[in-house]
Amino acid sequence: MWAYIARRVLLSIPIMIGITALIFLISHSLPGGPLAMYLNLPTITHAQIEHLTIQFGLNKPLWMQYVSWLGKALHGDFGRSFVDGRPVLAVIGDRVPATLELMVTALIISYLLAFVLGVVSATRQYSAFDYTMTVLSYAGMAMPVFWLGIILILVFSVDLHWLPTFGMVTPGVPYSFLDNVKHLILPVITLVVYTLAQESRYVRSSMLEVMQQDYIRTARAKGAPERRVLYRHALRNALLPVITVMMLDFAFLISGALITETVFAWPGMGRLFFDSLQDGNYPVVVGMAVLVSLAVVVVNILTDIIYAVVDPRIQYS
Amino acid sequence: MGAASPLAEAQESQLLIRPPSFWRRLLLHKLAIVGAAVLLVVIVLCLLGPVVTGTNPNAIDFTAFGSPPSLHHLMGTDDLGRDEFTRILFGGRISLLVGFLAMLIGVGLGGLVGAISGFFGGTVDFIAMRVVDIALSIPRLFLLLLLSVTIGQSIFDISLIIGLTAWMYPARIMRAQVLGLRSLNYVEAARSIGSRSTRVLFRHIVPNAIAPLIVNSTIQVGQAIVSESVMSFLGYGIQPPTPSWGNMLTNAQTFVQTAPWLAIFPGVMIVITVLAFNLIGDALRDALDPTGQKGALGRGRNAKQATA
Repeated sequence: MWAYIARRVLLSIPIMIGITALIFLISHSLPGGPLAMYLNLPTITHAQIEHLTIQFGLNKPLWMQYVSWLGKALHGDFGRSFVDGRPVLAVIGDRVPATLELMVTALIISYLLAFVLGVVSATRQYSAFDYTMTVLSYAGMAMPVFWLGIILILVFSVDLHWLPTFGMVTPGVPYSFLDNVKHLILPVITLVVYTLAQESRYVRSSMLEVMQQDYIRTARAKGAPERRVLYRHALRNALLPVITVMMLDFAFLISGALITETVFAWPGMGRLFFDSLQDGNYPVVVGMAVLVSLAVVVVNILTDIIYAVVDPRIQYS
Repeated sequence: MGAASPLAEAQESQLLIRPPSFWRRLLLHKLAIVGAAVLLVVIVLCLLGPVVTGTNPNAIDFTAFGSPPSLHHLMGTDDLGRDEFTRILFGGRISLLVGFLAMLIGVGLGGLVGAISGFFGGTVDFIAMRVVDIALSIPRLFLLLLLSVTIGQSIFDISLIIGLTAWMYPARIMRAQVLGLRSLNYVEAARSIGSRSTRVLFRHIVPNAIAPLIVNSTIQVGQAIVSESVMSFLGYGIQPPTPSWGNMLTNAQTFVQTAPWLAIFPGVMIVITVLAFNLIGDALRDALDPTGQKGALGRGRNAKQATA
């Protein structure tokens, strides 16, 4: 087992190097390159730009720049934000809690609903309920996440005046938990629909597959109550592949969360990324893309390890 | 719906003596027929756009700024007084074009990488599959936006960018197919009569491996339309005044209070078009592989099955 884990971690090192190299390369070809922010200053002189080029090491070959950037990044130094001069890690760190609040709330709700709806759909295959769920998840999958957000704003904020349209709290009012929750509702619904459409289908098809297995027939044959068959025998075995697929969708979920943030002006990482890209705030853009991608890799490793630990049928050598 | 209706299921089981043909199985999928019909209507309307509405998508009606849907302006006008219905039709051309182009690029590139990777195996395969892992680990939104700033925002640029971020699943699907086929007897036979590797791969293996890729490409068109809409909504896609379903939604949020129709129509067009592509894709999957598990559907699902 330990050998497997070690191998899995080692295998991800070239992937991490590839990710950083790719993002580094793309960002370097952004118009204006790393100095874009400075080039736009009206007072900057040619000499100053040359000075900055040397200071940042931009006159060196690209691979040397990459190596020195990677060396610093490994020590948590992603440079400084061009906007306020603060370390990139701190700038991004400030935004993490808001994004986590949104993502974790949405994830918990959508996973719970996915299991309930998926199991009910599977046990009543071809029922009216199953058809309704199928139609809804098809619609959910065809919907751009930002559009869903706009429609929710249209219905619940503009028409019904029930909920606020943007931000995390009402500005100028002391923080209250209730206010925060109110602001959370629409973005969370958006993200839940976005993930639920896919995930309830995973649960459904995994359950349907398990229900056809011999051991389910055996359990029924020896007279186990249907409830027990469903929850003790079927669901348990259906869980593992579902959880794996759900965790592999992590990158997909992050994209959805970041887009949702822009629609609702949620002050998280998504917002920061768009603002930084717009401003040409190059270190923040690179730092965020790299950090989030590495988080995806870590989640993938964890998924594989959990799979290996939980499923005794699989022998890893 | 990936699952056939009970009726279709029953009809199918009656036909068991002689397995229904591919076209018959496809026709049994009523929802897919609906999807295809909807798609046909959308495509024809968009292509005939100027004939239908007879106006320029950027023509301004100075008597109607932000006016609600009426007989004169079927879907109302936008904040600049442009007819929304005309823009929907012209925007549809762009969105559909980007969808198809991006699919061709993504599936073409992915198919090629997957075929080479599965056929040659060894180091080539290892490296290609690690590149796939790398590309899949970077959340797609980052790549779409960064590449848009780097490469450009013409219709072809946007299609290229979407294709470049969508080739990974086709590559995995193709690889799995080729792996399964390359040790079969008829391939051995082709080799033994001295065919070159490229001929064996492209003449004997790829044509037999292509079916799942066709299923995936249908779904990819829909996904590409969604990607275009996200990029354009955020301002990094098709640039105005050229309309696309995505960039028509850019200002929709600003006017959501005064002109809600501007938010509704482009989104509805995206949803029904993407839905139609997904329905057709799922029906194709069932029709091409009647033994396969039914009911599995959607984004990358068959890719995951292929690599599981």
